[in-house]
Amino acid sequence: MTTDPHREAPTAPLLSVRTIEKSFPGVRALSGVSFEAARGEVHALLGENGAGKSTLIKIISGVFPPDRGGVLVDGRPVDLARPDDARRAGIATIYQELLLFPELTVAENIFMGHAPRAGLGRIDWRAMHEKTNALLASLEIHDLQADRVVGSLSVGNRQRVEILRALSQDARILIMDEPTAALTEYDVTRLFDIVRKLKGRGVAVIYISHRLDEIFAIADRVTVLRDGAHVATRRVADTDAAELVQLMVGRRIESLFPKVTVPIGKPVLEVMDLERRPLTRSVSLTVRAGEIVGLAGLVGSGRSELAQTIFGVTPADGGEIRIDGQQADIRSPAQARSLGIAYVPEDRGTQGLVRPMTVRENFSLAALGKVAFGGFIDRGAERRLAGDGLKRFAVKTSSLEQVAGKLSGGNQQKIVLGKWLANGPKLLILDEPTRGIDVGAKAEIHRLMGELAAQGLAILMISSELPEVLGMSDRVLVMREGRVVAEFPREQATQESVGAAMMGSHENAEKAA
Amino acid sequence: MTAVTLVSAEVSPRRRLKVLASQEALLAIAVIGLAIAVGLYNPRFLAARNLSDVLLGNAYIAVAAVGMSIVIVSGNIDISVGALIGVLATISGTLAVNGAPIVVAWLAALVAGVVVMALQGVIIAYLRIPAIVVTLGMLSILKGGLISLTGGKWITDLPDSFHLADIELFGMLPFPVFLMIAVTILAALWMRYSASGRAIYAVGGNAEAARLCGISQPRTIVMVFALHGLFAGAAALLYATQLRVIQSTVPPNLELTIITASVVGGVSILGGVGTVVGSTLAAVLIAEIASALVFIDVSPYWIRAVQGVLILVTVIADILRRRRMAGA
Repeated sequence: MTTDPHREAPTAPLLSVRTIEKSFPGVRALSGVSFEAARGEVHALLGENGAGKSTLIKIISGVFPPDRGGVLVDGRPVDLARPDDARRAGIATIYQELLLFPELTVAENIFMGHAPRAGLGRIDWRAMHEKTNALLASLEIHDLQADRVVGSLSVGNRQRVEILRALSQDARILIMDEPTAALTEYDVTRLFDIVRKLKGRGVAVIYISHRLDEIFAIADRVTVLRDGAHVATRRVADTDAAELVQLMVGRRIESLFPKVTVPIGKPVLEVMDLERRPLTRSVSLTVRAGEIVGLAGLVGSGRSELAQTIFGVTPADGGEIRIDGQQADIRSPAQARSLGIAYVPEDRGTQGLVRPMTVRENFSLAALGKVAFGGFIDRGAERRLAGDGLKRFAVKTSSLEQVAGKLSGGNQQKIVLGKWLANGPKLLILDEPTRGIDVGAKAEIHRLMGELAAQGLAILMISSELPEVLGMSDRVLVMREGRVVAEFPREQATQESVGAAMMGSHENAEKAA
Repeated sequence: MTAVTLVSAEVSPRRRLKVLASQEALLAIAVIGLAIAVGLYNPRFLAARNLSDVLLGNAYIAVAAVGMSIVIVSGNIDISVGALIGVLATISGTLAVNGAPIVVAWLAALVAGVVVMALQGVIIAYLRIPAIVVTLGMLSILKGGLISLTGGKWITDLPDSFHLADIELFGMLPFPVFLMIAVTILAALWMRYSASGRAIYAVGGNAEAARLCGISQPRTIVMVFALHGLFAGAAALLYATQLRVIQSTVPPNLELTIITASVVGGVSILGGVGTVVGSTLAAVLIAEIASALVFIDVSPYWIRAVQGVLILVTVIADILRRRRMAGA
């Protein structure tokens, strides 16, 4: 056992991930990713949303198998067909959404599935409590009792229960997926203390986080992923925030995004000091006719929440929204729609598409007023509307009567987009318009966005893909912690400048230095 | 049945095949096929008198199942409808016996049905309490209230003019059968061609997407329940007027028979899919099976088991169809 992570291990590394490849229908999620973690090492995984981190950790935890490549523990290949295989190999994963039973006690949660037995299948409650207390003592956690009900605990304490659960199963490799996303500063400090103790015991920690300052504070090495590929592995001591941001966002061909310059008109949307706590704080912005404004930021920075507040899903508590210069008090999506706002939500599965309905019915859903007369739908008008949308968006479907849920992701996204445009909006809010769809469908949606802007539509686009934001936008706004923290005209928006504003890494770079 | 239903799950690009494999077509084939099969075994089954009795005695279940189907398509369920039909029948009968104008007695059942169901709809939609809980509560209130208030007595001496079910249109079409067919066709057209009908499918298929399209989920649900109450009122009138007495106890598990008709009729228990034509055909099929059991010398008590098999087969087929649609 070693506490020096920089020492070259004389034997095989504790965890070795070899050229993992994984594809989902229409998407290549991972293309040959490898990294290693030694005993007592904290190894950070860094990458944009969609870079493949989640897929990678799911493969290591046995949630689904890789198409190619494999995982070695102690130099021996392990077959990770099921989560149980990973557990037996000493791999434990702590997901963002903690998987605990809120009605049960701390001890019961820790030993769920492997409780000490007392013969005849009975649970040995005394042994269970003693073991729990020993685990608590070993990590010097003094504010947690074995018989507390988990539902009454703070998020930080619940996370500690999950860590203890992993240790109770003798986990030697601990994967933590954005463990600090929901923690207070104090809990973050305590988490780091625990991680250091685990290091001291020779546990390898795979640490996934967006927060660069944390990576510099706790990690020994960092592996950067981009578009499902391994970009670089660096010792934290040998790198800095600027280099990591650059590795993360990379340099991709901007001609992928055929930006058409169109004349920009009058403001369509003006937002002033908009408030809806906790994730919309005094936001002001303007989107003009013919303009595409990109909204960049990390997950959880408040971009989708802002969009939903403008669209009336979660009406604002304060501030002002103007549409075409007219003050608008938007209290519901129906109202937003009648004002000429269209919103294509982030999650097309749950928010956008009615899967059991046909293509025709989905197309007309947001524009029923246009095809219904006296409360009854004119089938001819509806078919024309849907047929036009089908052609305009080049949706690949066998017929208008095809059930929408059966189409590919890209085609579903085109229907969701087309549905909103059937209504002839002035302002289009797009939330992650190309997430999870293949390159061809992506390019087509980008081309359509350009066309729509050329027709005078004002577009507000939320995207976690920095190249998309930079390629498509006339102007880029950056959100962090519910505020708009930076604004760049197209010429000044670079991966470095926008990336740094997203991460707040001016400050972090100083901290690290 | 299983194999055939599974075929319907395949979305065939050839539409003609698809129509033949629809749940409605399968049920129609089953209704006719069963009549022929049982008729071959025992020709008395096909006697006009028997077939008409089967339809007359069960039309009210089909009418109630139309409302139930709309409720289930919207992503909800109602288990209070059986008890409500008993209450509405009693209200109407009591008014008629006590000398109220017959039309008032009839209208009272319809109005009370709409009021009770709309109230449940408001609680479900605006307080966001699951429909199964709200309607379970209402079931107990209605059942308990009815027994307490009537003391379990039957209503007799109903005026002759009260008996809606006795009317024969054009001297040959019994009113209950006419109402069953009319309600089914009107509701089917409304569900298929009206904007409100489309809203019900949207709310049941994906409430979040519907909301973002500006469709008010609460308003849609209240409308659905109010309509369901109207159909329950109509069903109660058929039930109340088909015999010379009104019993204070409705047939046990009436609500389950009604839900069975909807589900076997192809209405997805998960919401968003199904038609009222299917549920009416299924109600007829279930009644036909119950009658057929007698003619083939099987204890009629088996009807519950048969219903159970029908439900499981249809629900499993529906779930498999959904999985295939999810495609993952």
